[in-house]
Amino acid sequence: MQTFDLSKDGLRALNSSLHALKGQTNMTAWEVINPKGAHAIAAGVDAPVEITVRGSTGYYCAGMNKQASIFIKGSAGPGVAENMMSGKVVIDGDASQYAGATGRGGLLVIKGNASSRCGISMKGIEIVVHGNIGHMSCFMAQSGSVVVLGDAGEALGDSLYEARLFVRGKVKSLGADCIEKEMRPEHYALVEDLLRRGEADHKAKPEQFRRYGSARKLYNFNIDNAAAY
Amino acid sequence: MSDFPHTPPKMSWTFSNDVNAEIRRAAATGIYDIRGGGSKRRLPHFDDLLFLGASISRYPLEGYREKCATDVWLGTRFAKNPIHLDIPITIAGMSFGALSGPAKEALGRGASAAGTSTTTGDGGMTEEERGHSKSLVYQYLPSRYGMNPDDLRRADAIEVVVGQGAKPGGGGMLLGQKISDRVANMRNLPKGIDQRSACRHPDWTGPDDLEIKILEIREITNWEKPIYIKIGGARPYYDTALAVKAGADVVVLDGMQGGTAATQDVFIENVGMPILACIPLAVKALQDLGMHRKVQLIVSGGIRTGADVAKAMALGADAVAIGTAALIALGDNDPALEAEYNKLGTTAGAYDDWHEGKDPAGITTQNPELAARFDPVLGGRRLKNYLKVMTLEAQTIARACGKNHLHNLEPEDLCALTIEGAAMAGVPLAGTNWIPGRNGGF
Repeated sequence: MQTFDLSKDGLRALNSSLHALKGQTNMTAWEVINPKGAHAIAAGVDAPVEITVRGSTGYYCAGMNKQASIFIKGSAGPGVAENMMSGKVVIDGDASQYAGATGRGGLLVIKGNASSRCGISMKGIEIVVHGNIGHMSCFMAQSGSVVVLGDAGEALGDSLYEARLFVRGKVKSLGADCIEKEMRPEHYALVEDLLRRGEADHKAKPEQFRRYGSARKLYNFNIDNAAAY
Repeated sequence: MSDFPHTPPKMSWTFSNDVNAEIRRAAATGIYDIRGGGSKRRLPHFDDLLFLGASISRYPLEGYREKCATDVWLGTRFAKNPIHLDIPITIAGMSFGALSGPAKEALGRGASAAGTSTTTGDGGMTEEERGHSKSLVYQYLPSRYGMNPDDLRRADAIEVVVGQGAKPGGGGMLLGQKISDRVANMRNLPKGIDQRSACRHPDWTGPDDLEIKILEIREITNWEKPIYIKIGGARPYYDTALAVKAGADVVVLDGMQGGTAATQDVFIENVGMPILACIPLAVKALQDLGMHRKVQLIVSGGIRTGADVAKAMALGADAVAIGTAALIALGDNDPALEAEYNKLGTTAGAYDDWHEGKDPAGITTQNPELAARFDPVLGGRRLKNYLKVMTLEAQTIARACGKNHLHNLEPEDLCALTIEGAAMAGVPLAGTNWIPGRNGGF
């Protein structure tokens, strides 16, 4: 285990060390102590390593992550795992706004609640939230899946493209062009898999979820839809 | 009574033929006009300025003999690897999607041959442009189409796009006609649907967040890449100051003449300011912060000639960017294609329905047959020639003003032909010492 004291050695040294890990490395386990809400912790990592951050993080922790498994033993600030490409990010606490924004791959697990705009403009990432998600979540979400064990705030999935949204609790309101859709067998299987990988299979069952997706009515501009824009 | 002459027919200035035609078009279709390009209005522009040239108090430099340097460093504030360009005329961001792959390749070829940079656009980085661009600026846009850390790292600079001159405050739309399989795949969206580009970034709001976003990008790229911030010509003084505060190495300022792939005509023509009005305010912001020449300023929007380049630099810019002019150099709107433009209901020089993907020049299209008409090698050569001519023109003017580097041009070398030009550029009206708005003026 490599232990890195962020308050002592600084962000640049941390990320330089993590970026230096290429391909096969024996230094596969890292621990970051004293994060104290610093920004951009472990941003841009591209190696199959495990990084445990002991405490809460600021903006953009694990941004653009590739391959790494990053565990945050606290809460995460805005834009955690933004534009993640692959790998995994697991947050023990809550996540602030824009969690998983524009993510293109990998798995983001938030064991607490996620604030507004969770999964905004997502492009393939999978997100599992044990608690609730805030307003405007999954705005313009293009692809990927979101599983929410709690409730969703206002305007869920506004201007949604092809992302699949599964919510167990109440949805305060759906955004433009987002509708409830039938849960088919493949969706139950998908939710089951995500619950298992998101460490939530002991908390919920697939049949408790409802599916939301795009009505695809705003895919091509039509003046008759002007009221929805 | 019938023998009295009638009042001749009198057309309304307010309800001109153009205006009436647009009213009829709107009434018939129910859809506002969407088009490419920038403002087509007659705007105060560089044409309203003149250089004074050398006189007894200023010695000119000998043309073809005495050196007038043109190079520029971009990104010297924080980046480990600032960009050094031979000429201060860069190629503005234009997306693959809006442009064909061969057109992007030609931009890379021409820019590299002339010793300058080219820029990606909303849609990610293509191999055509990376492979053929010695210096490539990678745009970081609200849509984040195709965004990934590998391309960030193989870029030579990163441009965080906050706005553009054609539509400050607006997002974009690539209409379904241009969404080929390749474009759709790069953007993670189904083929044939309209692809919206948001007007705000998804994961930051305001200058304080932007500072943190830039920190993240610098961390991901090892602090090597210059970070540009591109702004539309809306509030250039404050936007420039805030970009500097957020940590920009370079500010890119785009006036309302700057083009777009597709936006509402009403937006293009009614939002934002001409570049002439923007430059002095941006320079003032940099000077007030003690950052002029430390944070470089690139300006764009209606740059056409070496004279425009020289005037922009005399007003304090470090470099310029061209978009529409580069497309024309490649062959866009060429009268040789007049018959084909006529079939599209337009004429060479006026064709702006770039979003429809029917460009007979094969530049603003994803139609494989049309794109195949365009020769990227020839296009690159034409662009190189054009860039060289612009540079020579700018040098000619700079030498006449006694300057051994384009960066040594200054506002004192200029006068204005119009009151508007004088007020906006902050230089005297020709033949007077009057700068409207200064020294007790109105």
